[in-house]
Amino acid sequence: MSLLRYESQVRPPLVDGDKDYHQVTEDICRPVEAKPSKLWWIGFLISVALLIFGIISVTMEVIYGTGQWNLNKTVGWGWDITNFVWWVGIGHAGTLISAILLLFRQGWRTGVNRAAEAMTIFAVMCAGQFPIWHMGRVWNAFFVLPYPNTRGPLWVNFNSPLLWDVFAISTYFTVSLLFWYSGLLPDLATLRDRAKKKWAKMFYGVAAFGWTGSTKHWQRHEALSLVLAGLSTPLVLSVHTIVSFDFATSVVPGWHTTIFPPYFVAGAIFSGFAMVQTLLVVTRKVLGLEDYITIEHIEVMNKVIVLTGSIVGIAYLTELFMAWYSAVEYENFAFFENRLNLNSPYGWSYWLMMGCNVLSPQIFWFRKMRRNLFVTFFMSILVNIGMWFERFVIIVTSVYRDYLPSAWSTYYTPTIWEVGFYLGTFGLFFTCYFLFSKFFPVIAIAEIKHILKRSGENYKEKMEDIEKKDTEGFAHEQEHDH
Amino acid sequence: MSVKKFVTGCFYDEAVLFPAVKKTRRAGYKIHDVFTPFPIHGLDKAMGLRDTSLHTAGFIYGITGTATAVGFITWALTIDWKLNFGGKPFFALPAWIPITFELTVLFAAVGMVLTFCYLCQLAPFVKKDHFNPRSTDDTFVMALECTDKTNEAEAMSFLQSIGATNVQVQYKETGWWLGRYDKDTKRFEKKAEVEAAH
Repeated sequence: MSLLRYESQVRPPLVDGDKDYHQVTEDICRPVEAKPSKLWWIGFLISVALLIFGIISVTMEVIYGTGQWNLNKTVGWGWDITNFVWWVGIGHAGTLISAILLLFRQGWRTGVNRAAEAMTIFAVMCAGQFPIWHMGRVWNAFFVLPYPNTRGPLWVNFNSPLLWDVFAISTYFTVSLLFWYSGLLPDLATLRDRAKKKWAKMFYGVAAFGWTGSTKHWQRHEALSLVLAGLSTPLVLSVHTIVSFDFATSVVPGWHTTIFPPYFVAGAIFSGFAMVQTLLVVTRKVLGLEDYITIEHIEVMNKVIVLTGSIVGIAYLTELFMAWYSAVEYENFAFFENRLNLNSPYGWSYWLMMGCNVLSPQIFWFRKMRRNLFVTFFMSILVNIGMWFERFVIIVTSVYRDYLPSAWSTYYTPTIWEVGFYLGTFGLFFTCYFLFSKFFPVIAIAEIKHILKRSGENYKEKMEDIEKKDTEGFAHEQEHDH
Repeated sequence: MSVKKFVTGCFYDEAVLFPAVKKTRRAGYKIHDVFTPFPIHGLDKAMGLRDTSLHTAGFIYGITGTATAVGFITWALTIDWKLNFGGKPFFALPAWIPITFELTVLFAAVGMVLTFCYLCQLAPFVKKDHFNPRSTDDTFVMALECTDKTNEAEAMSFLQSIGATNVQVQYKETGWWLGRYDKDTKRFEKKAEVEAAH
């Protein structure tokens, strides 16, 4: 085991500042217990306004039907499913941080996992809206569930990727929520025991489920976290794999590729980490948590971004190669005419995607750039734009000029209600995130305490050793030189 | 559920707590529990707690999910209403793998969390007695249960000798009751009796 767990000799502490356990509690609980700042109110109200716009847009769609959107004969999915895949993808980073990095014993995850998991849950909530409202007759949405009905019973098609999606997304949401909330229990208990106001005592008292911190409970809690992490790891891979099956199991040129599952998963993690960066660069500053979400955390996540961005880049190139190598004229047309050709109607979106996802993250090969907050923030926005266009390219350019040139005339552009629906999910996402950052600890308090001393003391011990050796060696050399 | 008498002591350092737990057990005191603000690896072993079998429960829930998915889909698509999807066989097992996997995970996760809550007696509106509110902040609180044979004064001085501070005798409810933390729904009806008995 020890052979597999190499720890760098100069790994800096995960939490800055010489803190004790009580200081950790104070620091993380402060923003929860203080009154919300003006900045919080402004952000929150903007989010609520967006949410209301989204609700209006969806209401229009429900009243007048999906005709309110500019979908046409060949572009049947348009913005709607683009947004769905985009939001689901964003969710993946949270599970990666909370589950996969837990299994890999990456100590740094403790600083960011709570916020990232919350982001996962909110992103999946947003994603779920799109297929539901796209049904048009949303009051029949329960038809997708296999329930005994009066039509036979006529069961749903268990062989269809669209039904796999129903199961994948709902399982993913449920498991993420359980994982997140079971991790929150001890921290809610901390808030409960510190609460001074009546409402806080009641709210956190109810929410903490009567957690006491008993050793036996901790033992079970650890076992639960580990198994949930073990379950979430294949789950998160399966979810985006299944989302990619929505496309890959079809025979549409541009969708029918076996590379889709790994390529979608890498893209999901890529965009998810970008969203984590967007949120945390701001959160750490506004809530004064720079000691917990340090530059080291930002840098590590930027490394993940450059890695996954490059995987996505290789996938793009592989697709192009396979289209050419297949010598299928339709494949060739989809890739080289509908996408790669800058002069084709949607050529611009392909090159926007290439620029944002493949070229721009390469800046993170430079350490200075990885540790620069402005660059990080700017890049995180750029990556999310790029990843949105990736889904747009896949969904729209594969079908807008298909086998029948007579159907080519339409250039798909969204209506205000399609855009409004998308903005509305931003409203939902950020409303949830603002409420979360106000009422819940954005950093896992218990987990930070768990790694606090270990990481700190390890560092001191090892660094002292190295410093001593180096100085002695240096002195020795000096003596011999002269 | 009963009110019992405890001797409690606070610790602030794992390095003191670990030897203290061992000494306490060696001295023959019964450790009711140690309350900590975060999981301390190895403390359960030091206290002599047996391993949790939550994993096993999770495995059983998982295969229940697998069996449910395979069983139900097989019944629905090959017996109850056969539907021809693109000329493929009715028993299309490879196409059912995704849903089978998802249900396995769903059953295992939901089942484990519910079992966890049941075992630890956690639920909304559940209220439990605390020995020290700081035990969710920075204090490790060890509670020794007093039996008829326990000499209180001796236990207290013993706790102090192994490094505990703020050593007290406390009467606490060991079970849970329904209540809210902003209201003092008290469980000490029998406090006088307990005190009289000792």
